[in-house]
This record gives sequence, structure tokens and C-alpha cells, in this order.
Amino acid sequence: MFHPEALPLIFAALMGASILLYVVLDGFDLGVGLLFPFTTEAERDRMIASIGPFWDANETWLVLAIGLLLVAFPTAHGTILTALYLPVAVMLIGLILRGVAFEFRAKAPIPHKKPWDIAFWAGSLMTALSQGFMLGIYIMGLQWSLATVAFATLTAGALAVAYSFIGAGWVIFKTDGALQLKAVHWAKGGIWGVVLGMGAVSAATPLASPRIFDKWFTLPEVVALAPLPLMSALLVALLWLSLRRLPTRDDSFAWFPFVGAVVLMILGFFGMAYSFYPYIVPEKMTIWQAAAATESLSIILVGTLVVLPVILGYTVLAYVIFRGKATKLSYD
Amino acid sequence: MDILLLSRIQFAANISFHILFPTITIALGWVLLFFKLRFNRTQDRKWMDLYLFWVKVFALSFALGVVSGITMSFQFGTNWPGFMEVVGNVAGPLLAYEVLTAFFLEAVFLGIMLFGASRVPGWLHTLATFLVAFGTTMSAFWILVLNSWMHTPAGHELRDGVVYAADWWAIIFNPSMPYRLVHMLLASGLTVAFLIAGLSAWRWLRQDRTPAVATGLRFGLTLGALLIPLQILAGDMHGLNTLEHQPAKVAAMEGNWETRGNVPLLLFALPDEAARENRFEIGIPSIASVILKHDPAGVVPGLNDFVAEDGSVLHPPVSAVFWSFRIMVGIGMLMLVVSWGGVWLIRRRGVEGLPRPALWGLAGMSFAGWGATLAGWYTTEIGRQPWLVHGVLTVKEAVGDVAAGMVLSTLIAYLVVYALLIAAYLGVLFHLAAKAGQPAKPALQPSLQPAE
Repeated sequence: MFHPEALPLIFAALMGASILLYVVLDGFDLGVGLLFPFTTEAERDRMIASIGPFWDANETWLVLAIGLLLVAFPTAHGTILTALYLPVAVMLIGLILRGVAFEFRAKAPIPHKKPWDIAFWAGSLMTALSQGFMLGIYIMGLQWSLATVAFATLTAGALAVAYSFIGAGWVIFKTDGALQLKAVHWAKGGIWGVVLGMGAVSAATPLASPRIFDKWFTLPEVVALAPLPLMSALLVALLWLSLRRLPTRDDSFAWFPFVGAVVLMILGFFGMAYSFYPYIVPEKMTIWQAAAATESLSIILVGTLVVLPVILGYTVLAYVIFRGKATKLSYD
Repeated sequence: MDILLLSRIQFAANISFHILFPTITIALGWVLLFFKLRFNRTQDRKWMDLYLFWVKVFALSFALGVVSGITMSFQFGTNWPGFMEVVGNVAGPLLAYEVLTAFFLEAVFLGIMLFGASRVPGWLHTLATFLVAFGTTMSAFWILVLNSWMHTPAGHELRDGVVYAADWWAIIFNPSMPYRLVHMLLASGLTVAFLIAGLSAWRWLRQDRTPAVATGLRFGLTLGALLIPLQILAGDMHGLNTLEHQPAKVAAMEGNWETRGNVPLLLFALPDEAARENRFEIGIPSIASVILKHDPAGVVPGLNDFVAEDGSVLHPPVSAVFWSFRIMVGIGMLMLVVSWGGVWLIRRRGVEGLPRPALWGLAGMSFAGWGATLAGWYTTEIGRQPWLVHGVLTVKEAVGDVAAGMVLSTLIAYLVVYALLIAAYLGVLFHLAAKAGQPAKPALQPSLQPAE
């Protein structure tokens, strides 16, 4: 029914799309958690309210991404996850802490609220750092050495800063008043971290991998790819300009830092995707070598093509229902 | 300790922790829909009170289920890479359909169900409640399809040591799936029935005697009384199905060493695998034969049939299966007595007439469903050993080559986190129950009381 050669490519694209959606969507709610140390209790309540209806569905994109890796590329799945055993465990414990702290902070006795807020922050931090660390080790071809761990530490920090920035963008978008003003300050500080992090990772990646270096710095690729860094630079400039003017009197452009951060992440993502293609395990296994049987991929694809638009539809519905500035969350 | 045992303990710990929460949410979703529909119809405040209390328990349980479920999906790769490499072509699509048809549905509509009541029309909120319940049940369906296929694989073919799907219909409706699914859904219903009855009884004992608490108590007991006979029937049918497809498991459950007729139903025994016999056996003659073969002389397979010529044992560890089966059945029988006795007392004397010991008994059984569910899962999963996929792949072949120290350290970390979370969960449930009984105070600072 589907062309056997095309299926692995389609699944790589679907997996990439899930990872991208995950990084953007869970990125902002992880970022909100990372910003907790700079807040008061009332501010934390409002920030939680801004992500409360969404975080669970956001996290499901991670399950879909890992599910697609598992179902479409079963051999790569084992290789990648056993190589990343420890950071995966740290991330899982981080996700557990963060996810349950959402509920416990509001339902536990009042004196326990503060410890759960700390758990929420710690969980978000563990998740963000371990994801960045895994990205770094993955870029380095899943090798563990002093140099690769140093690089992975860099990417860990960069991703945590990027999440904080998109989180600050979300808070600017979804709140107003003093908290919004505070978030603008966070974003102003964070943007330099983002520039530093993205720049460092972009510079270190080709230096670490000759193959990636060749993919970027040969003619005519270098010209064709130039828009990626140029657009990123332009976007950073626009973000900086907007942050200097925010918040505006009529709250116009409050959405801009968030959307700008999303676009920046998309650009970074495409840069990475280009660097890795066609490998799923860097330098070792291509997406065709790792793919599952054609009949299994076909049956998943049929379901995916039918269900994914529906999922996207009701996800949009949820964002529409909870549009506007975040207010108090309640069950009635 | 060796890597296989550590990995098995780790997976068992993760999945045991995980199953506690879906066991609650699968049935509680439908119960919430019932409360909501009753309120829509009667406009009686007590139904809304019940909904608003139990939706908190649902949200908390759901969050714990989600995060512990994510752990499971990663564990396949980190600890059991052989599983996906050999049976990925079957397991993969089933898991993918779970994510696509269940996870997103429940996650998105949960947000609307929890926080959307004041933002969406009433019908959409009811629909969201339905879709969350439906999503949790779909999730149970797909995961039990996969689990059943691991016990009774069908519809596949083996080429070069890798499983390929041949007939999806046969894979999905594999021989043990209908029994296992019904058995698990009923287990979830019973867990929730006793949780609602138990927490309501506890509130009643604390003099929190509102109509909602009385109705919750009556509802939980009635639900339990209705479901437990069905569960006993379903469990018996599931057992007969297991006898047909996994006789070694049934032999371990019965503690029966030799294939023979007139097998007794053992009430107590200490199976000794070294001597290959039971110690201190107490049994009722021929009853196991009657249950399994409907004939006192019926021949029941024995464990000694599952020892290879070279002496290697091909049946599961006997004591663990034997005892977890008895714990499950024991809790089930207790549920039968308590729920029927409770309903009988309420019919005669009303909720107000329930004696204190009965209320304490119910409160003590709040989490009886957890005990039975875990014991049942241990019976069936340990009973599958040494296979991971029966007749296709052993656990030993599938385990990943990770340093034992790493598995041990992550295992300890998970256990610490899980112990803390179970303590917090139980503490918060009783805290919410206690708080619900206090008259609502006007919140001085509403912003400090968010998102309950």
C-alpha cells in the first residue's frame, strides 16, 4: 500500500514532528517550572494556572515520539536508550516529580505546598538538563568520554536556558500586571543565554563531527543553508526589540516573545535534523537500516493519518477554550 | 545480583507502582460520568458534591498514572531492548494505537474536564468527561491486547528469529485477551467500589454525615456487590482459558506436582521446589479437579511435566504464583462477604444503621482492590516465567546489557521515589476526605487556593 522505501522516511518525519512539538509544548511548561525560584507563591499559582490544562497533553508528545522510535525503528530504540540509560532515568524521575507536584501542591495540606513547589522546580530542572544532556551525547554519536560529557553538559545548560526563555515568553503571553513585567525581565536575561547556548552548540557540533562539518561548510550547501542562521539572528534582534517595549499599554504583541521563541526552536530543530539525516543512530545506523517491517509500519501509518488530524483538532480546541489570560483554576 | 534479576525487579517495581493508578482511573472515569449524569437529571446537590470530591482523586491518580506510565515506555528500551527487537513488529503497532487513540484523547479532554466547567457549555463538559473515561478504557484495551498476546501469542510468524505480524485480527483477539480484559476492567470497578465505600465510611465515622457521604457509601457497596459475582465468574473462565494455553501456570497456581485426577484444592501449603513437593498441605479433596475440569476425576496437569530431559525447569517459580493466587482469591471472597453483607444491612437499617465495626471494616478495605489487583498480576506475570512472550522469547534473551550497578542504583532511586509518592498519595486522599467534611470557609485569599 505504501512504498517500502518511503515508509522509514515518513516515520522519521513523524517522529521529528513529535519531538519538535514536544520540545516546544512541554518546553514552555518545563520553562515555567524552571522560573519558580524567582517567584512569590501567588505568582506560582498563576503560572501553574497558565499551564494546568495543557501540561499533560504536552507531555504526551514525548510518549508519541518515543513510541514512534520504538515502533518504527526498534533496533535503534534499544541502542539509543541503553546508551542513554542514566540520563533517561534522571529525566524519568524528573518527569515524575514535576507531574505529581502539579497535583500535590494544590491538594496536600497547606504547609506541604512549599516542598511540592520545590519538587516541581527540581523535577523541571532534572528533566530539562537530562534532555539537553542526552541531546549532547546523541550529537556526539552516543559515545561517553570526557570531551563528549563536557559537550553534553553544554547542551544541557543550553536547553534549560532555552526552556526558561520560552517559559518566560509563555508567562508574558498568558498573564498581565506585575508578573508579566517580571517575565519580561526574565526573558531579557534569558535571551542572551539562548544566543550563547545556540551559538555554542552550533559552533561545537561541526567541530566535533567532520561529517556534519562537511554537510554544512561545502558549496553550494553553505549558501543554501545560510537563511537558517540569518533568520535566527534576525529573530533574536526582533525579540530583543520587542522585549524592550513590552509590556505595551494595550497588551499588543504580548504573544510575540513566545511565538518568536517557538520559531527559534523550530529553526534550531531543522538545523539539527539536517545535520543528522539520514542517520538515526549517528554515524552507525540509517533510518532504513533500523526500520521495522513494512507491514507493521503500514498499519501504524494508516491509523496515524486518520487519528493525528483529529488529535491536532482537539488539541487546538483545548487551547481555544483556555485562551486569554490565565485566571484561577478550579474544578467548578 | 545479576542483571536479569535486577532488571526484572526494576520492571516489576515500576509496573506495580504504575498499575495502582490506572486501576483507579479506568473505573473512576465512568463513575464520575455517572455522578455527572445523575446530577444533570436530578439537580440534586449531593451528586455534584460526589463529583467534585472524586474528581480530585481522579486528577491526582491520573497524574500519577501518566508519569509512571511514561517510565514504562522508556523501560522497554533501556532494560529490555530484546523485546522490541524480536516482537517489535507486533508490540509496536499496538503501543502506537494506544498512544494515538487513548493517551491524547484522555490528556486533552482531562484539561477540559477538570478546568473547563465554567468555560464550556454543560454538554461539552459532559462529553469531555465521557471521552476521558472512554480514553482510559481504550488505553486499558490496547495494553491488555499486548499483554495477552505475550501470554497467548497468535497471528504472527517467525522469520530469522524476528516476529512478523500475519493476521492483525488474530493478534488483537488472541485467545486470552477477552478474559484478561474483562477480568482487569472488573478489577478496576471493584477497586473503585471499595475505595468509594471505604473513604465514605471513614468520613461517616468522623461524623461527616452529609447526603453525599451516605450516597457514596451506598453507591460503593452496591457497585461492589454487583461486580464481585461477575468477577468470580470471569476469573474462573480466565483460569480455564489459562489451563488450555498455559498449563504450567495453572499447575503452579494449584501447587500440583504430578499430572493426575482428583486433585485437591489446597488451602495451605508450602511448595518446596528443591524436593518437588508441598509441605504442610491442607486441602479439600478433588475440588481443584472439579473447578478446572468440572469432574472430580478430571486430570489436571502437574509441574513435573514441565521439566526438560536435562533437568532444566520450564515452569514458573511455584511459591510466588501459588501464594499470590491465594491472596487474590482470598481478597475476592472477603469482598463478596463484605459487600453483600453491607448491602443487606443498608437495605434493612439504612446507612445510619450500619454498626461501627462494619464501617471500620469498610474503611480498612479502602485499598483492598489494590491488593487483589497486584496479587492477580503477580500470579499471571510470574506465572509466565521463564517466558517473556510465551514460547517465543524468554526474559533472559530480551534483557539489555547494562552495567548491574547502574540498574541497581536506578532501582533504588525509583523505589525511594515510589515509596514517598505512595505515602503522599494516601496522605492526601485522607486529607482531602477530612477537609471535605469541614464547612467551607470563604477563602480570604482566593489566589492561594488554586486548582484543587
